[in-house]
Amino acid sequence: MQTQLETFETNLGSVRTAVTRTSPAAFQDALADVVDEPAIGAPLPFADVSLEGTGVVLEPTPDQLREAACGVTAAALGVADYGTVVLESTPAGAELAGLFPDRHVVVVRERDLVDDMAAAFERLGERFRDGDDDAVLATGPSATADMGELVYGVHGPRETHAIIVEDDAE
Amino acid sequence: MSSERSRKAERIRQIMATEGDSVERNARGFNEGRYESVARLEDYDAYKDRARAIKEDAIERLPELIERVRETVEENGGTVYVADDAADANRYVRELARERDAETVVKSKSMTTEEIDLNEALAAEGCDVWETDLGEFVLQVADEAPSHLVAPAIHQSREEIAALFNEYFDPDTELETAEELTAFAREYLGERIEDADIGVTGANFVTADTGTMALVTSEGNARKTVAVPDTHVAVAGVEKIVPTFEDLQPFVELIARSGTGQDITSYVSLFSPPVSTPPVDFDDDGPIADDPADREFHLVLLDNGRMDMREDDQLRETLYCIRCGACSNSCANFQSVGGHVFGGETYSGGIATGWEAGVHGQESADEFNDLCTGCSRCVNQCPVKIDIPWINTVVRDRRNRGAEDGRLDFLVEGLSPDEEPAGMDLQKRFFGNFSTLAKLGSATAPVSNWVAETLPSRLAMERVLGVDRRRDLPEFERETFVEWFRNRDVPRPVDADYHAVVYPDLYTNYIRTDRGKATVRTLEALGVAVEVPEVASSGRAPLSQGMIATAEDHAREVSADLEPYLEAGYDVVAVEPSDLAMFRGEYERLLDERRYQAITERSYEVFEYVYGLLENGVDPAPLRSADNGNGVGSDLAYHSHCQQRTLELEAYTTDVLERLGYDVRTSDVECCGMAGSFGYKREYYELSVDVGDRLQEQFEAPDAADRTVVASGTSCLEQLDGLLARQPRHPVSLVDPDGSE
Repeated sequence: MQTQLETFETNLGSVRTAVTRTSPAAFQDALADVVDEPAIGAPLPFADVSLEGTGVVLEPTPDQLREAACGVTAAALGVADYGTVVLESTPAGAELAGLFPDRHVVVVRERDLVDDMAAAFERLGERFRDGDDDAVLATGPSATADMGELVYGVHGPRETHAIIVEDDAE
Repeated sequence: MSSERSRKAERIRQIMATEGDSVERNARGFNEGRYESVARLEDYDAYKDRARAIKEDAIERLPELIERVRETVEENGGTVYVADDAADANRYVRELARERDAETVVKSKSMTTEEIDLNEALAAEGCDVWETDLGEFVLQVADEAPSHLVAPAIHQSREEIAALFNEYFDPDTELETAEELTAFAREYLGERIEDADIGVTGANFVTADTGTMALVTSEGNARKTVAVPDTHVAVAGVEKIVPTFEDLQPFVELIARSGTGQDITSYVSLFSPPVSTPPVDFDDDGPIADDPADREFHLVLLDNGRMDMREDDQLRETLYCIRCGACSNSCANFQSVGGHVFGGETYSGGIATGWEAGVHGQESADEFNDLCTGCSRCVNQCPVKIDIPWINTVVRDRRNRGAEDGRLDFLVEGLSPDEEPAGMDLQKRFFGNFSTLAKLGSATAPVSNWVAETLPSRLAMERVLGVDRRRDLPEFERETFVEWFRNRDVPRPVDADYHAVVYPDLYTNYIRTDRGKATVRTLEALGVAVEVPEVASSGRAPLSQGMIATAEDHAREVSADLEPYLEAGYDVVAVEPSDLAMFRGEYERLLDERRYQAITERSYEVFEYVYGLLENGVDPAPLRSADNGNGVGSDLAYHSHCQQRTLELEAYTTDVLERLGYDVRTSDVECCGMAGSFGYKREYYELSVDVGDRLQEQFEAPDAADRTVVASGTSCLEQLDGLLARQPRHPVSLVDPDGSE
């Protein structure tokens, strides 16, 4: 029997999303290993990890958005059953940073994992009614079969990488 | 009428030659993926029930929900416009474009904007409109209509797209691979998105309580279309509304699995626009402004016939459709021709009949409605459980009734004691009244068979009735199955535990009497007291021609004929799966509840019945087993019947045959292609054979080529007989203790 975290990792793998697991303390080192330069991002809404002090540009201009090789943003939830991450839109432009660059690095906390879509919609229902009401359920890279074969990286990222931040051992 | 059939046959031939291969590869790929993906979903059936219930409730309460959406979207800062029809919707969006001096409009995939021809309306306003979904982009460049609800360019191969792009765009380096084509389109459309003044999307769902729209995509173009321009217009049919945000969940679980066979698409956007992402002005140098107040959102809810469909007891179900394309992908005919043949102005596949009749009018459904043979394979695949064959039957019936008086009617008048209007299509009338013909053919056999097979007869039948002369006609038996049973000198068993009527369907009674006799001997060998009374034909033949009133008459006659037996405790055993499917399925609509229940609860397919006997402890020893196969090898290739599989009855036949020592390999094609009268019709003969080729391929593969071919349906047997060198057999002939075939 897999744990929720293991299930999430397995399913991320089966939707072509690479996984790095890290502690809050080691987060910035782990990030440095997986970020391509130039990188843009949106502030992480988490207390224990941050993009401050990394090379990630947090208030990109349109040119920087266009030129970025990598975008780093947070996930509000991770859905173990599907390997899905929930990307909330923010006034800072998280949606853009996770969409335009070729590579998307998504930061998801272990404590934000849920088992399945039913649990995800329960949590999202609360958030939507509280006003956080734009989100994308993202599962793997952007893809199309419209050109006769399956191709990754159409209008959205070609590569996806999840950094899972473990809960602090109490 | 004859030249009309030739035109149709030619059109089908041409599309099969040019688009058939791509359509078949893609549709079958989606279909196989669907079977695998839904099998992985634990609560698949429960989700279907929930999805269905949500849609029923939403359509029931639609007027109230529309007002609720208006409130919530306005609270969110957007605007709602309910458009009466296409012209109204287009006018609204054109005015928006005019007010904003919009030069460039980018769109993500939306069948609803295809329905109203929004692109043409915006082009007339002087806008440069670009489809950003790659499939739609291909169609825009090729100036073609979608051939599939979900994958609109399903009919185009990579090579064809490369040739198209190379000619149209004349790139510096010739494009060849799918990667190159995708990269080119990404860059080309990326520039259009950067320049866009308005982004237009559809919506897969709209929630009334939060004003959220769900967009189910994989490319990311819908996200960019929403995020970049400061003005977002969503065009959605009113039927897309669901009551609550949580109602989205079952649909998220079902839609991609049902459509393309993925567990989920890359992106399910849940936006409550205007979205909180700042719009991007690519001419600006500063950080992307944090000013979502700049955004504008307009939700155009389209009626265009939908509120009338809601009032129409027969078409209402269409509004539950989530346009996943499962009915297309699982349809044997669609797999051969795609949406350019099996589709109307906008929509394609089985459900298109409902959509086209509802939004574009009956005529738009007329051209392709006959492509639905009623095989029922789509029924279990539909995530909202729409009875798609029934919608096709109803629209066909309305079309028959709308027909004008015909000149040639006197030709079939004597053969058509039906309830249908005088002017309806002769071919349909001929096949719909097959019971009368069979009676006459049998009474005058073998002369009727000789006459029918002469060249002048076949030519006349082809010209007047559209019966393709390349098909062998069924041969009528002089002694019917019922007569054989009556004339036979076998005493009824006393104190039998089981009593059954073997239903003498048209084919078993007049044409393939042997399988009826085999059924009687099989059941009697297992200790069943059998009767074979005169019973009316089920009504399957008229129903498949859209002759509902006639089918209703048949159903009532069958009910009356069987009533004394049912009251006396008899079960009803059907040899022909399509007739059993009538008893179990359509009779619910054709009979009152009491009569329907009386028949449906007591009727069984022959092997289902035998299986039940064996499960109840009856000794199978009297049945012929594989080691006493009378010249039949023990290895079988079995093609179950489409309706039999929909009723989930295939396993009974394979189980009983395996108990008797046979090794059974089954086909997995959706339908044999014959589908009753369909394969006899001149305009569809070649399509029917193309569909049959897939079955032929499976049964001629090395692992099946030496096996005895077995099939349960009359149509399937006729089709296999024409396709294979081996003579196919009905499975009951194998177990018949006295089988001397």
